[in-house]
Amino acid sequence: MDDFYREIIIDRYQNPHFKGELDPHDITFEDSNPLCGDELRIDVRMNGEDKIEEARFSGRGCAISLASADLLLEYVQGKSIEEVKALSKDDVLDLLGIELGPVRLKCALLSLKVLKAGAYGLDEASDELVE
Amino acid sequence: MESLKPTDVLDIERIQADFPILAREVKPGVKVVYLDSTATTQKPVQVIETMNEYYRRSNANIHRGIHVLAEEATALYEDARVTVAKFINAPAARQIIFTRNTTESINLVAQTWGRVNLNPADVVILTEMEHHSNLVPWQILAAQKNLQLEFIPVDAQGYLDLEVYRSLLDLNPKLVAFTQMSNVLGTINPAMEMTQMAHDSGAIVLIDGAQSVPHFPVDVQELGADFLVFSGHKMCGPTGVGVLYGRKKLLEEMPPFLGGGDMIKRVQLRSFIPNSIPYKFEAGTPAIAEAIGLGAAVDYLQQVGLDAIAAQEQVVVDYALERLSEVPGVTVYGPEAIDRGGVTAFNLDGVHAHDVAQVLDGDGVAVRAGHHCAMPLHDKLNIPASARASYYLYNSVEDVDKLIDAIYKVKKIFRL
Ligand SMILES: Cc1ncc(COP(=O)(O)O)c(C=O)c1O
Repeated sequence: MDDFYREIIIDRYQNPHFKGELDPHDITFEDSNPLCGDELRIDVRMNGEDKIEEARFSGRGCAISLASADLLLEYVQGKSIEEVKALSKDDVLDLLGIELGPVRLKCALLSLKVLKAGAYGLDEASDELVE
Repeated sequence: MESLKPTDVLDIERIQADFPILAREVKPGVKVVYLDSTATTQKPVQVIETMNEYYRRSNANIHRGIHVLAEEATALYEDARVTVAKFINAPAARQIIFTRNTTESINLVAQTWGRVNLNPADVVILTEMEHHSNLVPWQILAAQKNLQLEFIPVDAQGYLDLEVYRSLLDLNPKLVAFTQMSNVLGTINPAMEMTQMAHDSGAIVLIDGAQSVPHFPVDVQELGADFLVFSGHKMCGPTGVGVLYGRKKLLEEMPPFLGGGDMIKRVQLRSFIPNSIPYKFEAGTPAIAEAIGLGAAVDYLQQVGLDAIAAQEQVVVDYALERLSEVPGVTVYGPEAIDRGGVTAFNLDGVHAHDVAQVLDGDGVAVRAGHHCAMPLHDKLNIPASARASYYLYNSVEDVDKLIDAIYKVKKIFRL
């Protein structure tokens, strides 16, 4: 269990590198986790070559959900929208480096869901994005 | 400084022996410390065995079968109704309707009594501390019938503001619906006084007893409740069965809820005549084994004694409040121990409730984290979530110590 809160998760939760909002931005999306009321918004700014130049998250959530948002936004820097669309649940779990039960999985995947919904330009985020 | 540890009222070791699950190791060498009874309680072997026996010996569909099994099943099911009626001092067993849970009981009242008796612009009074199950059914009905919903506010200490309630009653509400005990704050509301006040202004009263009936003696006649609702699974009974108690005249005048078998006296191709109460509200094959299991749960609780259970919970919650207050960074929500049932919802500064619960789970301490189906109350408290430890007859003061030790572990992991 203590592995659950690996150093990097506590670090990124307490001192996130990619927290904030971007204005202007090219993509923005927000969603919440109805199970726990966690809320997350992600803003993305693209560069001239259609790659992600900057991305920031804001909102509130647990260590797992906020650390996964921070790690994910670091990971997608310099990636294309097509690459973001191709991201899967396992990519996020690899970033976190822990195994999660069904309840905490929702926390961990909120950021991917929000980012992909934004990348696809959807009106509403769906769990299918992260299955 | 460590507080002086109080003594348990009940023989907890003996009680725990009745609950097989409490012996379970959730990981090697770590026994579960179950502090989530507000969500659902554990089941004693007496209930499990009663349901087992029913399936092994007596299982049959009830009411129309003329064979030994059907007669036995019917008798057991109806005995359970009598047991539940006596438990809450209902004048007659036919005033006990078996539903699926508290939620279904409230929806039943909203869509039968409410649909017939409430009209556009009628006022319904609820409170800010309600569980979603005592909010959403009224919101649905309000949208259908154009009702005006009003809310008794919760003050900073976690009490209902009865002065505001008094002034809301000037609106001549048709219905006042409130919880007897908050599932987050633990506040025990003055239900009898609130009911009297509602009746004085001509309103009907529905009391959500999901957290009261399991934990202390509740007498519907003393309360004066028009409707009382509760769930079997929160009182040592199985999931899938709940109760609606109603005043006889109200129940008799209400239209049926679901249509189908058992709820009819006579059916023609284009019309039906409803059955009398309670059957009018029990369409289709009910949760027979579960109702019988609920009867066994009531027997069990009565054998331990509701007064003793309440006293045990009081000792534990008192101690929990004291110990929690000693932990720097912990905020507990709700009133003082004297007005509170066995619930302590809290937050630890700098750590999300989910993470608190996750670390606690590592030590086998099972608490709930989230909004506990009371989002408006969490909005009012201005927090997204809380961690909630709740206590029942099988929890000892030792369990509180384990909770506190585990909270210190959270602080360590989060470097606080
Ligand atoms: C006060 C209160 N009301 C209603 C409910 C809903 O009970 P059920 O889910 O069994 O319908 C609960 C359960 O958490 C509760 O605590």
